[in-house]
Amino acid sequence: MMYDILQGCIMSFIIYLTNGISLGSVYAIIALGYTMVYGIAKMLNFAHGDVIMIGAYIALMAMTKGGVPGIPAVLLAMAGCTVLGILIEKIAYKPLRKAGSPLAVLITAIGVSYLLQNIALLVFGPDPKTFVSVISVPNLQMAGGKLTISGNTIITIVISIIIMLSLNWFVQKTKPGHAMLAVSEDKDAAQLMGVNVNGTISMTFAIGSALAAVAGVLLCTAYPSLTPYTGSMPGIKAFVAAVFGGIGSIPGAMIGGILLGIIQILATAYISSQVADAIVFGVLIVILLVRPAGLFGKNIQEKV
Amino acid sequence: MSNWKKVVGLTMAAAVMASMIAPVSVFADEAFKIGGIGPLTGGAAAYGIAVQNGAQIAVDEINANGGINGYQIEFQMEDDEHDAEKSVNAYNTLKDWGMQILDGTVTSAPCIAVKAETMNDNMFYITPSGSAVDCIDGADNGFRLCFSDPAQGAKSAEYIGENGLATKIAIIYDSSDPYSSGIKDSFVSVAGDYSLEVVSEEAFTADSKTDFSVQLQKAKDAEAELVFLPIYYTEASLILQQASDMDFAPTFFGCDGLDGILGVENFDTSLAEGVMLLTPFAADADDDLTKSFVAAYQDAYGEIPIQFAADSYDVIYAMKAAIEQANVTPDMDPSDICEALKGAMTEITVEGLTGTITWDENGEPDKEPKAVVIEGGAYKAM
Repeated sequence: MMYDILQGCIMSFIIYLTNGISLGSVYAIIALGYTMVYGIAKMLNFAHGDVIMIGAYIALMAMTKGGVPGIPAVLLAMAGCTVLGILIEKIAYKPLRKAGSPLAVLITAIGVSYLLQNIALLVFGPDPKTFVSVISVPNLQMAGGKLTISGNTIITIVISIIIMLSLNWFVQKTKPGHAMLAVSEDKDAAQLMGVNVNGTISMTFAIGSALAAVAGVLLCTAYPSLTPYTGSMPGIKAFVAAVFGGIGSIPGAMIGGILLGIIQILATAYISSQVADAIVFGVLIVILLVRPAGLFGKNIQEKV
Repeated sequence: MSNWKKVVGLTMAAAVMASMIAPVSVFADEAFKIGGIGPLTGGAAAYGIAVQNGAQIAVDEINANGGINGYQIEFQMEDDEHDAEKSVNAYNTLKDWGMQILDGTVTSAPCIAVKAETMNDNMFYITPSGSAVDCIDGADNGFRLCFSDPAQGAKSAEYIGENGLATKIAIIYDSSDPYSSGIKDSFVSVAGDYSLEVVSEEAFTADSKTDFSVQLQKAKDAEAELVFLPIYYTEASLILQQASDMDFAPTFFGCDGLDGILGVENFDTSLAEGVMLLTPFAADADDDLTKSFVAAYQDAYGEIPIQFAADSYDVIYAMKAAIEQANVTPDMDPSDICEALKGAMTEITVEGLTGTITWDENGEPDKEPKAVVIEGGAYKAM
């Protein structure tokens, strides 16, 4: 009897944990977009959450209206978001980067965010659309049916791991990746060494936006209700995750995202479903009080 | 004929105008102007569109049969996107149009905002589906056609208990929404009276309404036989999807907020198979009134009406009965119409689509509850 209860508790805990990792993986991929752009352009791209939403709409429209199969539809969404990301950077951010304060770019980013939401509202309408599954994987049954892990959760986790590993490889091992590291370290010095700074920044936006499209599809596969506001709350949570892990740090965004997902699910499960969000943001405040640069952030001291 | 009436009307208007010293906004008009407010776009659009269509069918029927005491009805609906601020704007647009009576608003939060405006203007209104207590509470110019939230929660518990649907109940509700919390509270408070055991009671909020895995897992761990969902259909469609993903198949029971779930774009309706909802209206009931209404609705709009359409249809007929009872004419101003109608409402009995309805002086309706179950992608009477 005691054994049964204990086993039940462990089973639930494992399920909460996998759900948390799954939700957190989506946050992590979105957070990568925030953190890369911050690391290189030193700006917060608040429109990132809405690029996710646009990516999900492109994939959904390609599948339902265009009859495109799942994987090509995702590739199409990635291509669409890449173009969108570069356009936003060139039109809205680049002219402001040299002129004036960082606040101007921040406010512009918020403006772009609302612009994208309203364009989506105009084009797709405000009615929620149910997202169609891109790939379907059967549920995983373990421990004689007592433990069910949904196929979507598995896909989300696997795809997130693949993306994180390849991005890490790209940054550490390739020449454009090294250019990104160099620009994030010192923009002027990198330029003197012959790195194309503007090109590198555009590339960062392109990669971040392509990842946003994947995140959009994963988010809407797990939670299949798509509206023009779908990206805004996950966008904010992912931003929190990026700060939590140390903004500017790629491993920080990954770990921050996954931890945030786990904290959110476990807080809902074991503390209270009513104040789960308050707990998530409370944890953020505590972490920042203890480590102001975030978990993996570098504490750089200004030398005078 | 019509020209002659216009001449008389205009002459009378001129006479009235001339007899007054101060400029007045009283017009002798030939038709009652009934306004409607509800979400025609957005997450709750299914409700507003149904209310618009249901009212239009009633208005067309009444006009074709000679109107109310010989006066025709004009009906105009404005969109509020289920947003309180936009709802007040819609109300002002309708007032500019010349609205005398309001059929609305459709959803609770906007209705509460518009209530304050109607009280300032002394505008008579019947909300077809605004079920929060506050929608008409304290407004003697406001009446309600549907059950209030407490009534829905209590009636759901009564229905589940008396029909022996389940004894172990889990509840998933939106703690940031008064509609949802209102139903949940009254359900919980009377559950014991029907030997129902609430084994899990989990909330979500407007900021975290996508992931329901924890709430469902808790219901599953507590071995709930029935999950009570006093929420709207957008979130319910996600809950059904996620429950299916985790192989959890209890009975799902909801209130009027679930009505419309079959209309969500791309939604796999097989997920909703067996879902029950408390509703005053079943489209497949075989009384003559329902049959002719459903036929007219399908003819005009190509789909089976949901309860909001029936609520709104009954609202128009309740207005007709009250207008006849009070002998109101379209040339009266909205405030005088309101004074006459609010007395008449408690004297009338309406044999409507949603039952035989009478009203008390607080504006609350009295009628028997009914429930439907979703079978083969359609609502079936139980």
